[in-house]
Amino acid sequence: MTFSSDKPNMIEFKDVHKYYGDYHALRGITATIKAGEFFSLLGPSGCGKTTLLRTIAGFEGISSGAVLIDGKSMENVPANVRPTNMVFQSYAIFPHMTVGENVGFGLRKDPRSKAEKAAAVEEALAMVGLKGYGGRAAHALSGGQRQRVALARALILKPKVLLLDEPLSALDKKMREHMQVELIKLQRQVGITFILVTHDQEEALVMSDRIAVMFEGEIAQLADPETLYRKPASRKVADFIGTMNFLPAKILSEAGGKAEVETPGFGRFTLDVEDQITGKPSEGGPTVGFRPETLTILFDGQTAPDHESPATITEVVYYGDMTYYDIKLDGSDEPLRLSMRNVFGRPVLDIGTRTRVAWAPGALVLFR
Amino acid sequence: MKFSALKTYAIVYLIFLYAPIVLLPIFAFNDSKVIAFPLSGFTTEWFSQMWQDDLLFRAVKNSAIIAVSSAVLATCLGVFGARASTRFRFPAKAGIMGLIMLPMVLPEMIISMSMLVILLGIGVPLSLFTIIMGHVLITTPFAVAILSSAFQSLDKSLEEAAYDLGETPLSTFRLIILPLVMPGIVSSLLICFTISIDEFIIAYFLGGNQTVLSVYIYGQFRFPAKVPSILALGTILVGLSILLLTIAEYFRRRGIAKTGGKDTGGFL
Repeated sequence: MTFSSDKPNMIEFKDVHKYYGDYHALRGITATIKAGEFFSLLGPSGCGKTTLLRTIAGFEGISSGAVLIDGKSMENVPANVRPTNMVFQSYAIFPHMTVGENVGFGLRKDPRSKAEKAAAVEEALAMVGLKGYGGRAAHALSGGQRQRVALARALILKPKVLLLDEPLSALDKKMREHMQVELIKLQRQVGITFILVTHDQEEALVMSDRIAVMFEGEIAQLADPETLYRKPASRKVADFIGTMNFLPAKILSEAGGKAEVETPGFGRFTLDVEDQITGKPSEGGPTVGFRPETLTILFDGQTAPDHESPATITEVVYYGDMTYYDIKLDGSDEPLRLSMRNVFGRPVLDIGTRTRVAWAPGALVLFR
Repeated sequence: MKFSALKTYAIVYLIFLYAPIVLLPIFAFNDSKVIAFPLSGFTTEWFSQMWQDDLLFRAVKNSAIIAVSSAVLATCLGVFGARASTRFRFPAKAGIMGLIMLPMVLPEMIISMSMLVILLGIGVPLSLFTIIMGHVLITTPFAVAILSSAFQSLDKSLEEAAYDLGETPLSTFRLIILPLVMPGIVSSLLICFTISIDEFIIAYFLGGNQTVLSVYIYGQFRFPAKVPSILALGTILVGLSILLLTIAEYFRRRGIAKTGGKDTGGFL
């Protein structure tokens, strides 16, 4: 799922800083969001992702730098004339109006006739799967329906950018997963740039063309979901997105894009570091990181195509389709997480079993 | 049925609270100038006597003008105050809001004395207008308190959504904020009206030769013959109060039903 970079720029952040009194909320954000992209701002609460979204909408001023929408500077452009619309975390459905009045609210100053506006409202409702709901009282809707009304209300104005502030956080798990797919479909259908704020890494991975991971007012990494997952720029990003194992590493030598590395458990090996993204140096020295699914338990008679190391199983968590094992490599005290797809006929191993695990340097990421 | 001490206390308390009010209509229809049991007969004479009292009509008219003006002015000021206190941060906010709310607990005697001194000092003639000034001063804190809770419960993103959909701050206020805080505005108007109409000290100090209802009623108690018609007046006032509360409650419940909120109790 890669996004073609030849599309024009829709949003440009140029060294954006934001202070609340002494608090430095945004610390030099520079990034570009392409037209038609489904872009996510991902990070823990308090990382500045919502603040950054609100600087696009115009609800939040910036202390220095520039925000451009479709090439135009948004300095001194108030929220009500910006070519953006927003879906709020609380949906902000006007409780004293009907569903139709809510959706048609933005058309108040539209010069079209009443009948044409009503048709536009009906069309917008049909788009989000709420055909015929126009006459209902807005407060009588369920959470999922409110969400759809908020979407229809924002999209009816055909904005250049749709801003979504944690739109799925108030829904239950099943509804959330359903709406994730709906949102992706809707975005493809309307072709508008969607910018989503979320703290849910899974949601970001599922929905986005590209993701900006934010910590403490800075973008730690901006990449497509696959790069973010496979080549995280720092331990912090790796920790935030999915599960990652870490082993302390010694860099013995480095030349021509290859590094000679030694870790407890894996021993000495050569790592291809040419295509690795170098983020902020991590505390406590260099480490190598790897995802649980890149380790494989070798059963009797199997041999590793690349490297293998002896290990002991310390914990077993059975998930039906998957089994998670905690293992300790010989010569290392770090508990490592390993995931195996359960295949018919293959036993689930017990705690304490001695085994061998296969691994490949290509799946390792070096954090300096 | 077992009567505990607390139950007895509650019942005695309620009797003590409401018995005098119940006595009002009883004696208003009693065919005797003496306010005492046993009742001697039914009459509506006191009501017709009251009806012919020109001074009473003047006092009612004055009170109505003062109460309506004070309620409207205090509620308008209350909207500004409540909005400022719930939405904006500004220097010395706590101090400023405290000073606005202070007249709520300040003895009215002090307010009326100091206002009287100032007004006489700068040569403003005492009139209905000076009473309105005093009443706005003491009712504004109530308006701010009532409206603050109405503004507080308003989700800020509703305003932002209206902005986002192309409305100006002014039209957002008219289309979104005002309809949603309307129940608060209605109850603020009613409370301020009620406070103003039965206020005595300020009306007495700052009224000059203009008489309002409370001052008039107090004055009439000097003439024993007038007492039954005052009771008749009191009966009408009780009736009007109940009517007013019923109307207010009706609108409050309708407002809640319309926006789908939870009923958290109101006047009744």
